Amino acid sequence: MAQETEEPQVKSNNETSSSSPSPPPPPLPPRRKASGEASLQVGGQLQAKPTTAVSSIDISTLSFPDGTRGTFPTPSVGSAPSPINSGYGTPTRDSSGDNLTDSMSVMSFAPTIRAPGDLASLVAGDFNRKSRAWNLLRSQSETVQPFEAIEFGDSGELAGFEREFDDIPENMTDDVRLSMWQSKMKHYLILSSAGKPIYSRHGDLSLINSSMGVIQTIISFYEGAKDPLMGFTAGKARFVVLTAGPLYFVAISKLGESDAQLRGQLEALYMQILSTLTLPTLKNIFVHRPSTDLRKPLEGTETLLSSLADSFTKGSPSAILGALECLKLRKSQRHAINNIFLKTRTERLLYGLIVAGGKLVSVIRPRKHSLHPSDLQLIFNMLFESGSIKSGGGESWIPICLPAFNNSGYLYMYVSFFDDDNDKSQTSTNPSATPTTSTSTPTIPEEGIPPPQQPSPRANKPPPPPESPQEIALILISPDRESFFPFSSLRTSLYNALTKSTHLSLIRSSLATPRPSISSILLGSNPPLISHFLYKSRPNVQFVMSSLYPLFTSPIARRKLMSQYQTLHAAMHAKHSHLKVIYSVGEDCASLGWVTPLFEFYCVAGPNVSRQAMTEAANKIVKWVGREEGRVFIIGGGVF
Amino acid sequence: MADSGAPKPSSSVKLVLLGEAAVGKSSLVLRFVNNDFQENKEPTIGAAFLTQKCNLPTRTIKFEIWDTAGQERFASLAPMYYRNAQAALVVYDLTKPASLIKAKHWVAELQRQASPGIVIALVGNKLDLTNDSAGGDGEGAGGGDGEDARKVTTEEAKSYAEEEGLLFFETSAKTGYNVTEVFTAIANAIPETSLKTARGPGASSAAARTEEQRVNLNGPRDPNAKEGCAC
Repeated sequence: MAQETEEPQVKSNNETSSSSPSPPPPPLPPRRKASGEASLQVGGQLQAKPTTAVSSIDISTLSFPDGTRGTFPTPSVGSAPSPINSGYGTPTRDSSGDNLTDSMSVMSFAPTIRAPGDLASLVAGDFNRKSRAWNLLRSQSETVQPFEAIEFGDSGELAGFEREFDDIPENMTDDVRLSMWQSKMKHYLILSSAGKPIYSRHGDLSLINSSMGVIQTIISFYEGAKDPLMGFTAGKARFVVLTAGPLYFVAISKLGESDAQLRGQLEALYMQILSTLTLPTLKNIFVHRPSTDLRKPLEGTETLLSSLADSFTKGSPSAILGALECLKLRKSQRHAINNIFLKTRTERLLYGLIVAGGKLVSVIRPRKHSLHPSDLQLIFNMLFESGSIKSGGGESWIPICLPAFNNSGYLYMYVSFFDDDNDKSQTSTNPSATPTTSTSTPTIPEEGIPPPQQPSPRANKPPPPPESPQEIALILISPDRESFFPFSSLRTSLYNALTKSTHLSLIRSSLATPRPSISSILLGSNPPLISHFLYKSRPNVQFVMSSLYPLFTSPIARRKLMSQYQTLHAAMHAKHSHLKVIYSVGEDCASLGWVTPLFEFYCVAGPNVSRQAMTEAANKIVKWVGREEGRVFIIGGGVF
Repeated sequence: MADSGAPKPSSSVKLVLLGEAAVGKSSLVLRFVNNDFQENKEPTIGAAFLTQKCNLPTRTIKFEIWDTAGQERFASLAPMYYRNAQAALVVYDLTKPASLIKAKHWVAELQRQASPGIVIALVGNKLDLTNDSAGGDGEGAGGGDGEDARKVTTEEAKSYAEEEGLLFFETSAKTGYNVTEVFTAIANAIPETSLKTARGPGASSAAARTEEQRVNLNGPRDPNAKEGCAC
C-alpha cells in the first residue's frame, strides 16, 4: 500500500546519531549479546540510537480501498519485529520524545517490553543487512506459526482445557468433585432473584447449591444498595453478572474474555430461556410465586443451554462477531435456489431457511420482516449443536419464541433434514417380523466421533476433517400452529425441485468443500504469512473465515485463536475507543484488526510476521472478499 | 406410498404418543421406524412426525406418528396432535410410578376429548431395567444385574388397562422387545370402517384455543386478515 519509503529518514537518523555528542553508552540489552555476531557488528550504532530524539519509528498512513485511512508507526527498512522473547531489556529511551506520543495514537497490545524504544534499537540502521546469520535467522522467523508452544505440550493458561467439557462424575467424594468443578475455566450459573438455582453448566445442583447461595447474597446486597453489581475479579477469574427480569445470570471466566463479551453470552442464555417460555410467561411465573423453581418449566432445555454455553467456551466466531456464516455458492446458483424456494412457498410462511452444516444457504422472508442474527443463533444451536432434533429423525414441529423478533409469543417452526440418499417419502418397509430378534447389538449412537485430536506434528498432515456438521436442514417458520401439513408438502415439492435441478447436490458438494485456505486466497506468497482471518460484512451481518485446518483444529489452538479474536474485537469495540486499525504482537502470535463502516477484518499470524506483510495480506484478502462477495454472502435473499 | 406392489388395500392411521418426559416415547418410535436405539437421547422439543408402514395379512397400514414432547409446558399443544388420531400410545416408565399416574391422566383426557373410536395402548417401557426382561434372552441389558428397578407391577398396570379397555404391553425400546408387537396390535385393532377416512390434516376447529399465545405480526400478516398476504 501507500507506505512511504523510509530510506532517507533512516539515513538522516544515522547521521544524527553518529554526529550527536554521545553520552556514556548504556549497557547492551542482554538479548543482543546472546545473538553473538550481530551484536558485535552493530554494537556501536545501537547504543547511540535511542538517545536521539528522532526515532526510526515512522508513521505511515495507509489508505484502504474503501477510503478510510489508518496510521501505523512503521519500523524502517524492512525491519522485522523481534523474534519471540527477544524484547526484554528495554534500552533507555527518551520518554518525552515524539516517538512515544505518536505510537500511543495506535492502541497496541504489545507488552511494555516491546515499547517503541525497544523497536527503535532493534531495527536500527543497517545491521540487518550486514549479518548473514541474522538474515538467515530472520528468514526463518516468519515461518514460526502462531501458538506453536501448544505443540510442545505447553498449553499455558489453557492447560486442562481439553477436559473442560467433561462431566463431573457422581461417584466420587465431594471434595474431589468440588475441585474438579473449580478447575473448569468457564462457568455459567442461572438463578432466580429469590436465590433458587436454575441452571449450572457444570456440576449438579447439590454440589453448587452453596455457591449459588453466596452469589445470590452478593448480588442482592448490591441490588439493595441500588448499585447493581456488574462484575468483579477474583484471582484469575472474572465474574460478570447480568440481571434480566426475575433472573440472575453469572458468567465466570478464566479465559480472558471482556465483560461486554461475557455479558453478550449471558444475554444469549437469557434469549434461550425466553425462546422456551416467552417473556410474559416468565414474568407471570414469578409475579405469582417469586420462589418458583424454574427448572420444571424449562425441563428438557438444559441441553440447549449447555450447547450454547459450550459454543461460547469453545470460541464461536459467529458469537464473537454477532454474524452468520453462509455456504459458499455461485451467485446464480443461490439465486436459482431462492427462486425455487419462493415458488414453492405456501400461505402463512413467515421465514424459510435452508441451512447446511450451520451455514446459511438460502433465506426467504417477507419484505417487512428481517431475521435477527441472535434468533438464528438460537435456531442453529437447537438444530446443529444439540442433538435434540436431528437424532429423532422425521419432521419436527416446534413452538419457539424468537425473542429478537417478538418476545411475547410463539411461532411454529418446521424442521426437516434432507438426508443423504433416502428421503422421507420412501418409508422403509415394515419391520414387523424383523426387529425383535436382531437386537442383540443396540447400535452405538453415532455422534460424528471427532477424530482424536492430539497435537499431531504438522509435518504429516491428515486430510482436512469436516469442520462442522454436515446436515442440510429446511426450516420453515409460521405464526400459525396448524401449518405443519402445508409445510410438509412444501418440503416434498422443494426437495423434488432441488433434486431435479441438481441444486441439492450442488449444496452437498459445496458443503463437502472445506472453507477457503489462506494460500488459495493469497496466491503467490508461499507459504502464506497469515494463518487465519475473519471477515465480517457489516451491512449483511454475515462473516467469512478461512479454514481452521491445519493449525487450529485442536480445541486448545482453536480456543487460543478465538481468544485472540475476542481480544481484538473487544479493543475495537471498547466504548470510547474509535479505533480503525489495531496491530498487536504477543509472545505467540501477531494479530491485526481493521474496522471500517463496511467490514470488520481480523487476522492472526505467527509472532514474527512483520506488520507490513500482514497489512499487505490483509488488503489482498479484503480484495478477495470483495470479488467473492456474491458467493460468500447472501445479499438480500429471497423477499416476498 | 403407492409402491406397495401388492394389491392389498393401504390406509393411513394417525397415531399419537403421549406420556411423561423421559419415559422413552421417542426411543419406541426410533426402534419401530429405524430399528435403532440411542443411549442418552436428548429430549424431544415440540413434536416429531414420522411415518412407518406395517404389513398385515390383509392390508397395509401406514402409521403417521406424532411423537410428542413429554414436558409439562407442551401439554397445551397435545390436543393438536391427538385431534383426529385413530390411535394413541400412552407410555409410562415401569421404574417410575409417577409416570403411570401421568399416563392415567392422558388416558382420561383422550377418552374425554379425542375422537370416540380411538384405539389406546398403554405401554410400560424400559423392561430391560427389570429382572424379568423376558425378551432380553439373557442379554442382561443395561447391566443392572440382580437389581430390579421395576416399581410398577405388571398386574397393577394390566388390571387398569383392562378396566379402561386399553391394549397393554410391556416393552423395551433398548432391546426392541415387544415394540413391533405394540404397533401391529394397534393396526389390528383399528376398525376397518374407520380406515376409509384417512387423515384430516388441517381439520381446523380448535384453532382458536391459544390465539392469545400467537405472535401478532403487525403489518401484512395480521392474523385477523386470515388470508391476507399472498403477495
